[in-house]
Amino acid sequence: MASGEDHVYEALRTIVGDPFVSRDREELYMYSRDPGASIPRSADWVVLPSTTDEVQKIVILARDMKVPVVPISGGLTLSGLAVPVKGGIVMDMRRMDRIIEVNERSRYVVVESGVSQGKLLSFLKENYPMLRHSMPDAPPSASVVGNTLIYGSGHLSKHGAHSEMINGLEVVLGDGEVLRLGSCALSPYWFGRGPLPDLVSLFVNWFGTTGIVTRLSLKLYPSHPLRDMLIFLVQDPKTIPQAVSMITSTDMMEDVLIVASRPPKAPSVISLLTVYLTAETHEELDFKKELFVDMFKDFGQEGSRMVFTPKEMLPQKLIHGFMEEPQYAAATADFKKGGGFEYVGVVLPLSKVPVAWKMGEEIARKHGFDPLYTVRNVGLGHGVVFAFAYPFNRADEESLQRSRDALADTNDMALELGGTPWKSELEGQAKIMARMDPVVLSVMDGIKRVMDPGGIMNPGNWKHG
Amino acid sequence: MALDDFKDVIHRCFRCGYCKFTSNYTDFNCPPYNKFRLETFSPGGRMWLIRAMMLKDIEPSQHLADILYSCTMCANCVEECRFKFHDDIVDIIMEGKASLVESGMVPPTARDFFKNIYLSGNPWKEPQQKRGDWARHYGIPVYKPGDEYLYYVGCIGSYDQRVQKMAGAFGQLLLRAGLSFGILGEDEYCDGNEVLMMGEQGLFEYLAQKNIELFKERRVNKIVTLSPHAYNVMRNKYPRLGGDFEVVHYTELLKELISSGRLKVPGGRKIKVTYHDPCFLGRWNSIYDEPREVLESVDGVELVEMRRNRENAFCCGGGGGNFYTDIIGGGESSPSRIRVREAADTGADIIAVACPTCMTMIEDGLKGEDLDEKIMCNDISEIVLDAITSAEEG
Amino acid sequence: MPVKDGNSLYAGLTDILGQEFVSKEPEELYIYSRDSSANPPRPVDYVVMPSSVEEVQAIVKLASSKGIPLIPMGAALNLEGLTLPLKGGIVVDMRRMDKIIEVSEMDRYALVEAGVSQGKLISYLEEKYPMLQHSVPDAPPSATVAGSCLICGYGHLSTNYGTHAEMVNGLEVVLPTGEILRTGSAMLSTSLWFGRGSLPDLTGLFLGWLGTTGIVTKLSIRLYPRPPIRDMVIYMMQDSSIVPDVVYRITHTEVAEDVSIVGQERPEWMKGYQIIAAYVSAHTEKELDLKKSYLKRISKEEFKSKVSFMEEAPGELKEQFMELPFFATKVADWKKGGGFEYVGAIMPIDTLPEAWEKGIDIAHRFDMLYSYAIRVVEGGHHVLFTYSYPFNRADEVSMHNALSALKETQKLSLALGAIPWKPEVDGQKEIIKKMDKGTFKLMQRIRKLLDPGGIMNPGNWEVD
Repeated sequence: MASGEDHVYEALRTIVGDPFVSRDREELYMYSRDPGASIPRSADWVVLPSTTDEVQKIVILARDMKVPVVPISGGLTLSGLAVPVKGGIVMDMRRMDRIIEVNERSRYVVVESGVSQGKLLSFLKENYPMLRHSMPDAPPSASVVGNTLIYGSGHLSKHGAHSEMINGLEVVLGDGEVLRLGSCALSPYWFGRGPLPDLVSLFVNWFGTTGIVTRLSLKLYPSHPLRDMLIFLVQDPKTIPQAVSMITSTDMMEDVLIVASRPPKAPSVISLLTVYLTAETHEELDFKKELFVDMFKDFGQEGSRMVFTPKEMLPQKLIHGFMEEPQYAAATADFKKGGGFEYVGVVLPLSKVPVAWKMGEEIARKHGFDPLYTVRNVGLGHGVVFAFAYPFNRADEESLQRSRDALADTNDMALELGGTPWKSELEGQAKIMARMDPVVLSVMDGIKRVMDPGGIMNPGNWKHG
Repeated sequence: MALDDFKDVIHRCFRCGYCKFTSNYTDFNCPPYNKFRLETFSPGGRMWLIRAMMLKDIEPSQHLADILYSCTMCANCVEECRFKFHDDIVDIIMEGKASLVESGMVPPTARDFFKNIYLSGNPWKEPQQKRGDWARHYGIPVYKPGDEYLYYVGCIGSYDQRVQKMAGAFGQLLLRAGLSFGILGEDEYCDGNEVLMMGEQGLFEYLAQKNIELFKERRVNKIVTLSPHAYNVMRNKYPRLGGDFEVVHYTELLKELISSGRLKVPGGRKIKVTYHDPCFLGRWNSIYDEPREVLESVDGVELVEMRRNRENAFCCGGGGGNFYTDIIGGGESSPSRIRVREAADTGADIIAVACPTCMTMIEDGLKGEDLDEKIMCNDISEIVLDAITSAEEG
Repeated sequence: MPVKDGNSLYAGLTDILGQEFVSKEPEELYIYSRDSSANPPRPVDYVVMPSSVEEVQAIVKLASSKGIPLIPMGAALNLEGLTLPLKGGIVVDMRRMDKIIEVSEMDRYALVEAGVSQGKLISYLEEKYPMLQHSVPDAPPSATVAGSCLICGYGHLSTNYGTHAEMVNGLEVVLPTGEILRTGSAMLSTSLWFGRGSLPDLTGLFLGWLGTTGIVTKLSIRLYPRPPIRDMVIYMMQDSSIVPDVVYRITHTEVAEDVSIVGQERPEWMKGYQIIAAYVSAHTEKELDLKKSYLKRISKEEFKSKVSFMEEAPGELKEQFMELPFFATKVADWKKGGGFEYVGAIMPIDTLPEAWEKGIDIAHRFDMLYSYAIRVVEGGHHVLFTYSYPFNRADEVSMHNALSALKETQKLSLALGAIPWKPEVDGQKEIIKKMDKGTFKLMQRIRKLLDPGGIMNPGNWEVD
């Protein structure tokens, strides 16, 4: 970047003002790594725009100077998706954190791409207590838009993955063009994606390679005053598909989550299936509880039951954690007292859960881990996001490497099973693309060329050959 | 009736396509649509094309003739159409064919069919004097005034070797029941149902009047027909031409003879039977129960239903003259072959029919599917008669 | 007629499909150049019916080499002329490709060929997988599953689970180059079609594009649990302005499987009323009662005398409302004329009252009675508001009125911020006029990328 370097920096300063652009070592250090186990990759500039107009100007600058642009919001993918592959400008979207509009009756919110999960959560609680959005099990600093664009999932994923909750986008393409996609392309309302030729999908799971999303309309859902949970001890993971299928055949649950872990001092891995419930009245809540408890009374045989475990019998800390919104999944990070964990998330059909469970266990053992799983139902049994986690000690390179090796094996296994690895890091992307038909790859290349003729948008991602 | 009479109706078809299906949408139940699959071959396609012909947007052509004559007049569309004009659909198609007859644009096989019937009284140019030959073997008498029933056999029953046995079986049952009846033998003439369905209205009237005159001359009051086609035309179309007779189908009469005890049916061997509803008995005349009741009255018969039955029965593909013109026949997707495959799926030993046309079509279908060793095609009289005679033989 | 060199094209098509499934006869050209709408016919040069993806590929390659337009067609029941060629060419009737390839009971999806009818899938699931159902549109059973998904259709269950486009797990498409593209989880060359997954989404390139980007040959759609009990309750009111509130409260309970709103001028007793039907399904009577009690409470506690509530709908009405597919096509014979047109406008529910009142004006201005059917979509994120205009196919004036009312309604919808659903070619142009310029430009570039020869249903999503 030697020749244009100063010019880029100066131009960025002109666009966003002094405090919001940096090429200092401290910022470059921070933005060259994420909390995952990936190896750092250097950034050249960091810039924080505050408006779409500024984003557009930065992209045009980058286009003209042929400098990569990498958008980042929460920076919590753990797979280095917002860490530059080929240097360039990291565009931190978090100053654009306005909640633009809530349409209460049509149940959507339009947010800028820097709005955090925590901000939206508290905003809705305060101003629209009848509404809520689907919270992922990420820290509240995670970004709503980022999570949505990478097929996040959360408490309301019975309505689908978060990508399915997009009602429209405002984007800046690689050539600097600002567009609106979805109903907002021609209407003052951001109520849905269609019924128009769908272009929103060109930003779903594309990891910023097609453009920068500046605004997003997200579907909201009713919020009910009562929320509770039922916990079942899973005796045999082979029964999980059947159990989830039964639970989701009613529309009575809020969320279904299965967690397998070996708590400190426990002799073995414990698997718990949790059904979350919400209700308007206690009568409704009781009805739902009874329904699910009854559902599993005669389920399976000794050794393959789902054993209802009243909350009171479990450690209150655990229960508190389970009920928290967002759930403090990042607790895993300190399992090894090392401040790090990384996981492979895989989108799988429900029917593949038992085999993935078993193979994951083998991989974990091979690399010296206990299985540490989170499996969330998405849709009505239409799939799961299966996360295989490997905590590591950031201060211990050997532990980091074991984690990376386990991740690589898990990626291979997931692909072998026909699953789609979630928000894959570069290596994972390469493995995915190796399985794609040449026609798929050529269409992907073509789309990228159309959206980003100069190839400046988060280059290196979804790149093959 | 003429096409013009439907001018306020014909454009009302929306082509929504309910008519193509069974009532529960399991299958396409319109035989030509199921085979040809072009929208033109659906009931709605025909309605629109006939209207286009009326408006002179399209000219009569051989292809149009194939489209209209491939219709077997099975009336599934009448059954399934959700609109108030549903009763008119087959009549409109019939009138559409009549227009083609007027413009001389009918399929060559249909032309032969008309010509042969006009000249010989049957579609195969068989000699008239041999029409009653089959009956001698069974000792079936010729009708004489004063007999209770005229047994009207029809062309297929009279000339087709296989169907002659069906005709004979029913005749023998009547003899056993002690009924006074007779056939017209060499004086019997084509009933005209197919001719009418194929739009040759002039020929139909000629045949109908000829028959009506003969029946009156022989002082006929009650007619029992072997064929549902004859039953349909005599019951529903002859009265308008002055032929008011009491017409029953043979399955109705059998039902009555058995339930009144005039015909005793002892237990026969154990057989699994599936019953194929003829369109002109079922959908055209709502007779679904009597044939089944007759079959169930035979001890040892286990009646199993095909997937498509009663109002949803799939046509054998023979109606509307197709047993002769063969526009829809041939190949795996011909209706008769589809139908026998469906029958085979029930695991039945016998496909029971109640119609000469169905019998010939189903027999062909069984041969085409190489199922003739596995499943027999019998008519209901044959099954009843077999039960009686095998009991007698011990 | 863009088709030159007709004989060799015909010979090429019959080489691929045999004589039986290629037609250039006047009868087929007549039928395929018209749909059930009031749109004027548009000439077709050939009709073909492929039975396999290989045949589709061969047809596409042939058409592409000769620059002949291809118009993919399901049951052609969109009533907007979307399968009538704007520039001549070959209509590809997909309905011989009607295999239900796979149903995954545990993973709740069905993989079907593009010609599978709604009726076939309904009966197949009823017989083999009675615990599962798909979302059935208010179209005749002859409509295709693929067609409804690709035009972003709606059906029962859409109130909970969104549009039919959103229910698509993945597609197999023959691109205008003749290559086969699989999207969704099947992108990874597996036989699993369980979802779009966490891969760069290409499925959207064929949703809402009206056949301008490729020919879909297979699709996987989501199936949903089918509880054994299904019932409904009815709310009636005489004030369109409170409808959004009532619907909001109903959807807030999350117990209604479907919510639709009906308004029509005949029969007389319905005139002036908004009738909201809320459907409920349940596994047990107790569950049903609980759900119904929720729905009842709304009318009692929140709206009191403004809304009357019927826990049991009158018999005949209920029978009509509960039928699947709903027999919406009956409108076609209101004028004893075999036709109706409708505008489906997708709008936020807040605009419903204005859309309701102004729609009445339009209907009356064109000498018609108003007739509305409105479906609440995905828990109330928007509604599909349909204005129906029956016409008499044999009466030019009546057809003209229907078309004029249609155009007025489209204009009204756009002015209200609504988006007309599956618009015919003029409506598409109105949409483009209002659309973000950059967005339309991107559409054009995507199309150019996928269909450089411009042979896929050309004339759609274009400006003059």
